[in-house]
Amino acid sequence: MAAPGDGYAPDLAAAMVTAPTPPGDWLVIAPVVLTLLWGALLVMLHQRAALQARIAVAGLVGLVVVTALLLARVVENGPVVMTMGRWLPPFGISFVADALGATLAFAASLAALAVAVFAARDLAPGVRRYGFYPFLMALMAGVCGSLLTGDVFNLYVWFEVLLIASFGLIVLGNSRAQLDGALRYALLNFLATTFFLIATGLLYGAVGTLNMADIAQRMRELPPGAPVHAISALFILGFAMKAAVVPLNFWLPASYHTPAACVSALFAGLLTKVGAYALLRVLVMVMPAGREVYAEVLVWLAVLTMLVGALGALAQSNLRRLLGYLVISGIGVILAGIALGTPTGVAGAIVYSVHSMIAMTALYLAAGVAERLARASRLQEMGGLAGASPLLATITLVLVFAVAGLPPFSGFWPKVVVTQAALLEERWWLAAAVLLTGLLTLGAAGRAFAHAFWRGGPLGTPDGAEKTAPGRLSAGEARILVWPPAALALVVLFLGLWPAPLLWLADTAAAGLLDPSGYVGAVLGGHE
Amino acid sequence: MESALALLVGVFFAAAIYLFLSTSLIRILIGMVVLGNAVNLLIFTSGRLVREVPPIIPPDAMVPDRLIANPLPQALVLTAIVISFSFFAFLMVLVFRAYQALGTDRTTEMNEAEPAGEPAPPQGY
Repeated sequence: MAAPGDGYAPDLAAAMVTAPTPPGDWLVIAPVVLTLLWGALLVMLHQRAALQARIAVAGLVGLVVVTALLLARVVENGPVVMTMGRWLPPFGISFVADALGATLAFAASLAALAVAVFAARDLAPGVRRYGFYPFLMALMAGVCGSLLTGDVFNLYVWFEVLLIASFGLIVLGNSRAQLDGALRYALLNFLATTFFLIATGLLYGAVGTLNMADIAQRMRELPPGAPVHAISALFILGFAMKAAVVPLNFWLPASYHTPAACVSALFAGLLTKVGAYALLRVLVMVMPAGREVYAEVLVWLAVLTMLVGALGALAQSNLRRLLGYLVISGIGVILAGIALGTPTGVAGAIVYSVHSMIAMTALYLAAGVAERLARASRLQEMGGLAGASPLLATITLVLVFAVAGLPPFSGFWPKVVVTQAALLEERWWLAAAVLLTGLLTLGAAGRAFAHAFWRGGPLGTPDGAEKTAPGRLSAGEARILVWPPAALALVVLFLGLWPAPLLWLADTAAAGLLDPSGYVGAVLGGHE
Repeated sequence: MESALALLVGVFFAAAIYLFLSTSLIRILIGMVVLGNAVNLLIFTSGRLVREVPPIIPPDAMVPDRLIANPLPQALVLTAIVISFSFFAFLMVLVFRAYQALGTDRTTEMNEAEPAGEPAPPQGY
C-alpha cells in the first residue's frame, strides 16, 4: 500500500487548473454565493421583520450590482468560466457566464429587487416572518445558478432549488386557494423536472459526459444509432412544461393567481423564463440536431401557445388569472423564435425573454396594488382606480401597451424581430400569428384596464360617474407599493426608446448559441 | 444485463404514470415515489453495469487498469434520491394540509383555485 512521501507524485496539472484565478472570474460564482449566504443571514433574522426587509433589499441591490459587473465583463472578454474544485473540465462542474446567461441574470435580479421592495408592505408581518425573504433569496440562487451553470446535471439541481423555494413561497399565507393551487403547481412542476432528469440520464448514457460544452462537441461524433430524437423530445417535454407551452400550460392559470401579489409577480417574471432559457441552451446550443428535427412541431406549438394564451386572457374575469394567460402567450413568441433557429429568431426570443421578465413582473405588481385599492380581484367588481391613483393608472397603461407590443415600449422590438425572422423564413402563418396575438393581447389587457381603471365603479356604474375606489393607501404604503412597478415601467420605456444595447446583446448571445465554438473554447480550451 | 433492467425501468414508469393519472392525491404521491425510483434506475443503468468491480485505482497506477464500475451515475442517483425524498416529504405535508383545509383527497372536488361555473367576463368596453 503506497504511503504519502514514497515517490507517489501525481502530475496535478494534468487534472487540475493550476493557474491562479483572476479576481474578475469570481463574479461568475458571486450571484449564487451571495444569494445563498444572504438567505442564511435572513433566516437567522426571522424574528425581526423590518430589519429582514431592509437587509434583503440591500442584498438584492448587491445582486443587481454583481450581475451588472458580470455582464460588463462578459461583454468585454467573452464567456467567463470557473470550474468548481479546480478540476479540469469536462470532469469538474463548470460555471459559464456567456452573453445569454449574464443578460438574463441581470434582468432577473432587477425584477427580484422590485418584488423585494414591494413585498415589504404587501405581505402581512406574520406571513413575512415565516420566511418570504429567505425563500426569495433561495429562489434567486436557483435562478442565477440555472442561468450561469455549464453542466446539464447541475442545471437540474438548480432547477430543483428554484422549485422547492417556489413551493415555500406559494404556500405562504395558507389560504384554501393557495393550498389548491400549490398542489397543482407542485405536482406538475415536479413531473416537468423529472422528465428533464430522465432526458439527462439518457443523454449521459449516449455521450458519456455532463459538461454542456463537451456534449456540444460530442453530439457531432455520435454513432448513427444514438437516440438523439428521443432525448431531444424528452428535453422539450420537460422544459416546455416548465415554460408553460400549450398543451402543458394548464397548471399556470390554476396556480399563479393564488398567492400574494409579490409572489405571483416573482413567479410570472422569472420561472417560466428560466424554462425558456433552458430550451434555448439545450435545443439551440447543446443539441441542435434535436431542434432541427422538431422545428415544424415547435412552430405549430408556438402558434398554438400564442393564440391560446391571448384567447384565454380574453375569457378571464380574475385580473391575475388574465395576466397568467398573457405570460403563456409571451412564452409562445419566445418558442417561435427558438423554433425558427435563425440568428434573428433566436435573438428575438432572447429580447422577448428580457422584456417579459420586466414587464410581466411589473404588471403583476400593479395588479396587486389595483386589487388592494379596489378590494376585489374580479373585473366585474373593480372600478374607479384611475381616480383613486392616477400614477397607478399611467403605469398600468404603459405596461398594457408594452405587453401588447406597441411602440414606444419594450414589447415592440422583440415582436418586430420575431416577425422579421418569420418572414425571412417565409413562414407567413407564424408572422400572422405573432401580429394577431398582439391585437388580441391589446384587446384583453386593454379591456381589463378599461374596466378596472376607467369605469367609475363596479360593473353597472353609469358612464361619467365619478371615479372612486373603496381601498386607501397611506402615503408610506403608496411609496413602497407603487414605486417598484413605476421603476420597472420606466425600464420598459427606456428599453423601448433605446433598444440598441439590448438588441446587440441578444445578437451576440444568439451568435454564441448557434456557433458554440467561443463557448466551447472558453470552457475546454482555456486550460493548459 | 442492461436489457433486463431497461424492461424493469419500463414497468416502473408504466406503474408511475398509471398512478399519476389518478384523482386521489395519495395515489399520485405513491406514483411520485415509483417515478423517482424509475428515474434513478434509468440513470444507474445508462452508466453501463459492471459486476463486482469497485471503482478503485490500484495504488501504483494513475488510471484504472481494467473496466471498473462507473462512479458518476452513482453520484447522480444519490443527488436525485435526496431531491426526490425532500420533495416527497414536502408534498406529503402539503397533501395533508390540503386535506384538512379542503376536506377532500380527490382532485376533482378541489375547486378553490379554479372555481367551477364562473360567470363570463364583462363584455364590451
